[in-house]
Amino acid sequence: MAKITIRMKSEGAFLPQADDDMIVCRCEEVTKGEIRRAVCEGLRTFGEVKRYLRCGMGLCQGQTCQRLILQILSRELGTPIPDLGRITGRTPVRPVVMQELSRSTEDSKGVEDHALS
Amino acid sequence: MPYHNHTEKKSADVIVIGGGVIGCAAAYRLAKEGVSVLVLEKNEICSGASGRNAGGVRQSARDVRELPLAMYGVKHIWPALSEELGVDVEYTRAGNLRLGRTAAHLEKLSELAENSSKVGLDVRMVTGGEAREICPYMSADVLGASWCPTDGYANPLTTTIGFYKKALSYGAVFITGITAIGLGKVKGRVRNVYTDDGVYEADRVLVCAGYASRAIVNTVGIDVPVEREDEEVFVTEQLPPMFDQVLGTAEADFYGHQTKHGSFLLGGVSGLQHFTSNHDGHPTEAYTAPSLVRGIIRFFPSFAGVKIIRNWSGQFDSCVDGVPVIDNAAEAPGLTLAFAFTGHGFGISPSVSIALKELIMDGNSKTIDVSGLKYDRFAAKQ
Repeated sequence: MAKITIRMKSEGAFLPQADDDMIVCRCEEVTKGEIRRAVCEGLRTFGEVKRYLRCGMGLCQGQTCQRLILQILSRELGTPIPDLGRITGRTPVRPVVMQELSRSTEDSKGVEDHALS
Repeated sequence: MPYHNHTEKKSADVIVIGGGVIGCAAAYRLAKEGVSVLVLEKNEICSGASGRNAGGVRQSARDVRELPLAMYGVKHIWPALSEELGVDVEYTRAGNLRLGRTAAHLEKLSELAENSSKVGLDVRMVTGGEAREICPYMSADVLGASWCPTDGYANPLTTTIGFYKKALSYGAVFITGITAIGLGKVKGRVRNVYTDDGVYEADRVLVCAGYASRAIVNTVGIDVPVEREDEEVFVTEQLPPMFDQVLGTAEADFYGHQTKHGSFLLGGVSGLQHFTSNHDGHPTEAYTAPSLVRGIIRFFPSFAGVKIIRNWSGQFDSCVDGVPVIDNAAEAPGLTLAFAFTGHGFGISPSVSIALKELIMDGNSKTIDVSGLKYDRFAAKQ
């Protein structure tokens, strides 16, 4: 159940921090400052920040940055982590070449036979 | 609970139900005119079909009833939308190739091209050789294609969130995590919005909540023949820039394009999706990605070695006649409808927001002709 959240025009200006240049999502090279600025501009959940900045969308799908992003969002918003929403893990989790995915049952038989011969 | 911020604000000039691209864009247009707007969203901003589609900004192969919206957007809104919103929406106008591999495919494509040409859109047939000159990566099996040089794509995520941020900056208020359950009339006009957080009130209500819209408008006696349909999209690893055209095929084997980010977005259906999905959440189906990949490799053999990173599904509101409802409901004064986009709403969303602003503020859409998209157009076939 999503939490009821009101969003209105931001009152405060963005306040830079010394470590804003630190990369949080390594796959998509998203910095702490970009995440903090997105919050300042009105984004309120992990899913929204992901859609806007791509953090957590890369090769590892957030295995490195998810927990860090939730902690940054929680501190910025004063919102408990469980109320920030989650992002969805997507198949195939690890990169898979199209050729591999394209194989029909028949093709796979051929591949196995070939491997055995 | 100190962080539990239940709203004080329970009324506005206009309540918008649905925080997708249509709702965010309409909220922006209305708030900019000084109208007080309250948007109610069940989940998060951009969490439904607006955040799950492949971002086509297409005029070709559109029904003539919605073509004015598509053409107006490409001519007047999309080219400067990034500047307007202050967010890079990645709009790229480099053409759409719809590919055919058989004589029957070419016949179908010619007919579609002819229909669009009649109403003033530049769509023409090109030979396989000409198509390969435009996009050199495709298989020699491609016999021909329809070519619309002014079609393109944009990023649906940054576009939707761009509209959202701009709406906020003009004073629109959004409430997320709230579910609209139904509508109620006061003295013959739609005024109340019943939610799981009590009753909200407005002079005008815009319902743009995808498939969920049907049940909401049903509560005031309005019905639109719309069903849920599932579609899937996947994204590849980042590749060096290869081509900017949007691709499709006569048989809808797949569609897609390379994004500014470098990855390809490729989508479609398995053909079995009506029977393999239970419409519960957004699961991906075992049949779909392999089916799409087989289609892609047939047209683009060199893609066989490209890696897929992520695969997701989305649901769209499929109208019985394939085009949306964009109209004021006469039997329910105060109610404006914008749903049943049938999987191709994103590309026309900026234009739709202008039509909606005029429908809500002036009672009719003067700038863009939406007269073919009335809510009472449905009748038995004979």
